[in-house]
This record gives sequence, structure tokens and C-alpha cells, in this order.
Amino acid sequence: MFEDFFNVVKKRFNDGEEEYKPPMFKCPRCQDTSPLSKYEELHRVCPKCNYHGRLASAERIAITVDKDSFRELNGGMKGADPLEFPDYKEKQAELRGTTGLNDAVITGTATIKGSPAVIGVMDSRFMMGSMGSVVGEKITRAFEYATENGLPVIMFTASGGARMQEGIVSLMQMAKTSGAVKLHSEAGGLYISVMTDPTTGGVTASFASLGDIIIAEPKVLIGFAGRRVIEGTIKQRLPEDFQLAEFMYEKGFVDMIVERRKLRSILSHLLKLHGYEQKEA
Amino acid sequence: MDEKKTAWERLQLIHTKGRPTIKDYIPQIFTDWYEMHGDRLFGDDRAIIGGIARLDGTPVTIIAEVKGRDLNENKACNFAMPHPEGYRKALRIARQAEKFHRPVICFIDTPGAFCGVAAEERGQGEAIARNIAEFMTLRTPIISIVLGEGGSGGALALGVCDELAMLENAEYSVLSPRGFASILWKDASREQEASEIMKITAEDMVSLGVAEAIIEEPLGGAHNDLDKISENIKEYLSQKIPEKCKKDIDVLLKERYTKFRKIGAFIE
Ligand SMILES: [Zn+2]
Repeated sequence: MFEDFFNVVKKRFNDGEEEYKPPMFKCPRCQDTSPLSKYEELHRVCPKCNYHGRLASAERIAITVDKDSFRELNGGMKGADPLEFPDYKEKQAELRGTTGLNDAVITGTATIKGSPAVIGVMDSRFMMGSMGSVVGEKITRAFEYATENGLPVIMFTASGGARMQEGIVSLMQMAKTSGAVKLHSEAGGLYISVMTDPTTGGVTASFASLGDIIIAEPKVLIGFAGRRVIEGTIKQRLPEDFQLAEFMYEKGFVDMIVERRKLRSILSHLLKLHGYEQKEA
Repeated sequence: MDEKKTAWERLQLIHTKGRPTIKDYIPQIFTDWYEMHGDRLFGDDRAIIGGIARLDGTPVTIIAEVKGRDLNENKACNFAMPHPEGYRKALRIARQAEKFHRPVICFIDTPGAFCGVAAEERGQGEAIARNIAEFMTLRTPIISIVLGEGGSGGALALGVCDELAMLENAEYSVLSPRGFASILWKDASREQEASEIMKITAEDMVSLGVAEAIIEEPLGGAHNDLDKISENIKEYLSQKIPEKCKKDIDVLLKERYTKFRKIGAFIE
């Protein structure tokens, strides 16, 4: 209330004093600025350097799957507090309010140009996409569902790593998810991992790195250890391109780097190449 | 067993000079030890050793993270912080065990996977992920024992098993308490406080379903009596290995998956 009043006063005070300036986007990769509207029009891709920015999970689903085809799985699952960690419950509740998310991943079934798939999309707005029990459980169930139903899995990863507030329980989610990936693989299922910004820590060291096909978006961060941790160990600055998608591609850990605007079409082709065709009605 | 110690006191204990390492334990517990070298891809990581030996006369495969007993040894084994080729060597040796129907015994003792440029270039994340996934379906029994430090993904890469035991004072954690304090509170000096709330002790592991057994240490810690602690580890293995080997492998694999599958806390 008081804040609204303050904003009105500020607006009046500024009126006529400055010409209208459109909101700008400052790119974290090239540091250059572009109009925010242009950046958003490109689905959050920097017009200057092609850095692929972070998408909200709902936006990712909207630009990837066939309209109205997404059916969420386990959408109501919420985090508990296995270590009784100070303030963790409150922090989760607050983020549920501000982001509208229950935790850092959304999973479900959908079709892509008619081909059916199980989809998982991590969302870095919820505690940096860190993997706690909910992320681990939902991803595990997504793979188990795909195994039972003969479906392929596409995972869009975005994570700062482990959920510190869940301690060792968070670490064990790496084993849980990787185990489910392995069983899906043994059953002959296709798994495509799409690494988006940022894919690091325990997610890199588990299901993200286990795709039959690993795709990365341009210039996104992919790595195991944090940049600052490594700089602390070697006592020198790392080159700018260290741990970017292109670096991991060159080192042989990424199959292809795909621009966002081409991703839906390429995923559809890959699904069809593995025999996942539109079901006859 | 000692009177109850805090997590912090146990951390001091496992960093005591003279705490036994895998190199002390192998001659005490096993016979006919033959070490194997290299991942057949890049090189031979000295932070992880692997090979064949006998336990009570039965051939077993041993994979272990190596701490040094002095600075020179520690330099040679990179302070027990493996590179990707260490994990890949471990997987190669585990596959060999599977082929020849030998049970695998993993000894975990690491501050964590090494964080460096070369480790990233060679795929530290992929190497750990691959071990976790492959150990989950390895068709031979696996027992893992945390000797001292169980540091994060670097420990888990040897920690997917049918049963996990902790030495009484050992810890297992997602991150060192120091790293934890610096990430969460931007203040590394609060490491003692972090160690107490992180739940990292052997008892914590059993109550969270991460470990199944605690191996008792001699009064004051393992360094006080190498014979006794070795005897305790051997007694545990001599009971567990035949027990797991008797099980139908498909049942064992189902139980291994379930052991990890059920860890987690959430509300539906
Ligand atoms: Zn840019």
C-alpha cells in the first residue's frame, strides 16, 4: 500500500523529465545490452551473442510440446525437511508463493509433433534447480513410468547441484535417479538429455550425463565443480569459455549443440528415428 | 565403543595423524593381493587403487580410495581426490569382478572428487554418473565401507552397493562442513556449527537409511589399535560377503535398487 503510493509519487516526479526508455536485458555472457522485448521475442536468447538464457519450466514446455498435449505427473508433490534444517520449510513455502512451483522440476507426458514422450523440465528459479528429495523422486518416477509404458524420456536439466539443506539425502538422489535411468536404458528406452543453463554439480554427475544423446543449448554452463572452487584450487583465473557448452562439446561430452528455435524440430526427428511415431487413432 | 562424541569431535578423530589407511588394512585383512593399474583410456590414477585378493581364501575384488600417511604419500595419491580416470579404473575393475563372479569390496575414504581443469576436461561429472549407474546393475555383490571421509559424489562413485558400513567415527556428507558453511552462510569459519546440523555421522547414516552397519573402533579411535580395527572390519566382511554371495543375483539387484529408491522425504 505505502509502496504503491511511493511509486505513484516517483512516477509523477519522473514524468516529463526523461524520455521513455524501454526495459533492457543485460547478457550475462557478452555483457552487452539489448531491448528486453527483443530478448523475450527470441524466447530468451541474447540477440548479440546467441547466449541461451534461462526459461521458466512452463515456457519451456510451451515451446517444446504439441499444444494441449502436456499431462503433468506428480504435480502435487512438495518438499519435506529430512534433516530438520533451520528455516528450510519456510524457504520452500516462500518460493512456492513467489514462483508458483512446488519444487525445482516439472514432469509429465506429452507429444512432440505427434511422437509421445515423458518430459522433465528443471526450473532454476526454485533454489537454483537444486536436487533434493522432490526432484529426485519425480525424475525417478518419470523414468519408471517411461520404462513401464515403453516411452522415451527427454530431460531439460538446469541445476546448481545438490540441495544443501537435505544433506546426504540430497546426495542419495543421484543414485536413485541414475538407477532409474539405467533400468530404462536396459529396457531399450531412448533418453535424450538437454543441458540448459546451468547444468552443474550432482545433476551433471548423475542423470544429466547419462543420456543416449546429449544435447546442449549454445553457450550454457556445463560442469561438475564450480568455477570459483577450481580457481581457488589452481590460484588463477580460468578462461571465459571454460565449462561452456562449446567446451564440453569439444572435449567429447556433448553430442550436439542446438539452438532453441530448432530444438523442437530436432527432438521430433530424433524420436521418430528411434521409432517413436504418432500413435494411430 | 566410545562414549558418544559430537560430529565435530569425530571429524577431528578421522583427521588424526596415524589414522589407518587402506594400505594398512589390506595386509591385515586380505591375502594374495595383486594390484591392477589404469583405466585403459587415459592413465593410472593413484587416488584409487584396485585389484584382486583373498578374503578367508575366497577371491574378491578390492577398490579403494587412498589416503597418504605423510605428505609424500599424499602428494602421490592427490590427497585421495580422484580424477575421472580413477573412477573409470574402478569401473573397469568392477566389470572384471562381474565377469569372474568375484564379490566387490569398496573402501571409501575421500574428501571428494578432485576439482580442477583437467578433471573437468576429462568429464568428472560423466565419470561419476557412469559409475553410479553401472554399479546399480553390476551382477555381483558389492559391499562398501567408509573408512574415514565420505566426501560427496567422489564417495558415491564407490558407494552404490548392497550394503554400506561406516567405521564408528567415519562421516558421509554432501559437502565438507567447511564448504557447506561457506556456500550456505558465506562464512567458512562456521564449519563446526555446520558439522552438527548436517547429520554426517555413522549413526545418522543408519537412521537415514544410507548405511546398514557400524563397525566399532577401538577406544579413542582406529589409530590406537590397528590389529583390533582390522579384525573388526574382517569380521564384518567375513559374515557379509558369504551372505550376499548366497543370494540370487536378481533378488540382490532388486534389493540394491530399492535400498536407494526409498531414500527421500516429501509430501504428496
Ligand atoms: Zn550475449
